[in-house]
Parts: sequence; C-alpha cells; structure tokens
Amino acid sequence: MHIEIREQAFDPWQTLAHYQESRDGLHGKFGATASFVGTMRDFNEGDSVQGMTLEHYPAMTERHLQHILTAAHERWPLLDALVVHRVGRLQPHDPIVLVAVWTAHRGAAFEACRFIMEDLKHKAPFWKQESLDDGQQRWVERNTAG
Amino acid sequence: MSIRVKYFASLRDRLGRAEDELESGRATTIAEVWQALWPDTPMPANTLAAVNLEYQDPDYPVNDGDEVAFFPPVTGG
Repeated sequence: MHIEIREQAFDPWQTLAHYQESRDGLHGKFGATASFVGTMRDFNEGDSVQGMTLEHYPAMTERHLQHILTAAHERWPLLDALVVHRVGRLQPHDPIVLVAVWTAHRGAAFEACRFIMEDLKHKAPFWKQESLDDGQQRWVERNTAG
Repeated sequence: MSIRVKYFASLRDRLGRAEDELESGRATTIAEVWQALWPDTPMPANTLAAVNLEYQDPDYPVNDGDEVAFFPPVTGG
C-alpha cells in the first residue's frame, strides 16, 4: 500500500507500471488490476478554466487516505493499492489523481477502486480553486455527480 | 497551553486568516471554539470540522493542546 501527495506533475501510467514492478510480492499473485485516473478539464460549470490550484490539509490528508485504504482492505481481499494525488498549481490536461488496486479477481478490483475513489472525493481534505479566463479565482464548492 | 485552530480554502478567505489560538479554558467543544473566536459570525451551514486530524461533530470535546480545523466541503480527486 502506498500513498503519495505530490507538488510535481506525474505520469500516472509510468507511476503505475513502476510501482507494480517494484512490488516483488505481487508477481504471479494478482489476476486483476483496476485503476482510475482523474485529469484536469479546461471547463467547469459552463466556464472555460485556465488553471487550478489544489490545496490540502497536510497530515490529515495522508491520515484520511490511510483510513480509506484500511477500510477497503477490510472489505475486499486487496493484494496492494496505490493512491497518488497532486497538489499545487495544475494546468488543463494534468493528471490530478491515480488510484490503482491489485487483486486476484476482477470483481474486487473494480469495486475497491471505485470505493477508494468515491471516499477520496467526498472526504479527503483537498480543495480546488480555479483560474478563469477573466483572471477571476473561484473556489470549487461541490463535486460533480460522478 | 491553548487550542490551535486552522481554517482552509474558501472559509479561510472568507474569515481573512488561516490560524487562531484559543486559551483552552474558553471552549469545551468544537462548537464553542467557533463561538469563542467568531461571536458575531455564525458557522456556515456546510462547514466541516476536525480535531487532531480526524473528522468530528460540533459537540465533540476539545482539550488543551488539540488542533481544531474548520473547512468547507472537500473537492479533491
């Protein structure tokens, strides 16, 4: 299990591949990998968005993500899980979040990946502030329906 | 000793500061922490609160040395 909050841009597919290769215990054991990647759009609430700043509550973020992974582990037979989340300044097309889980069979992988992502969206203490075309800074006040 | 209070995101902007410190005798619950610091400003209806990095309800007790945080609904992912 690994959680990373990072200021720097990242390539989720490389990150996923490197992590999987680095986990010797997974080799030959997993039959299913489910992943979710959230990417920044250039539009929101009908407006064009130039960029975004992601703020978080350091220490609480990591602790809450750990709670989420522990809860997922109790519900499904997870072999491993990875959560990477950006903070700081982002541009449209930048990956924001990667969630990946490894299990023996596909059902648990799909379900656990969705569970982790939904809990992260609704409870992990991150906040987005958008920069609009006219220079206005706007806090995002709610999640999209998903 | 005292209680350390933090504000995040749009709530911090609205209040105009990121942190406060409160003498611990002035509040016994999360709700009382807010009332002691912001007597003229009702807590916005959607405000979330945490004590020592864990979500808690407004009637949760606070103690000397605790870190209390107030923030708006989260929007990560």
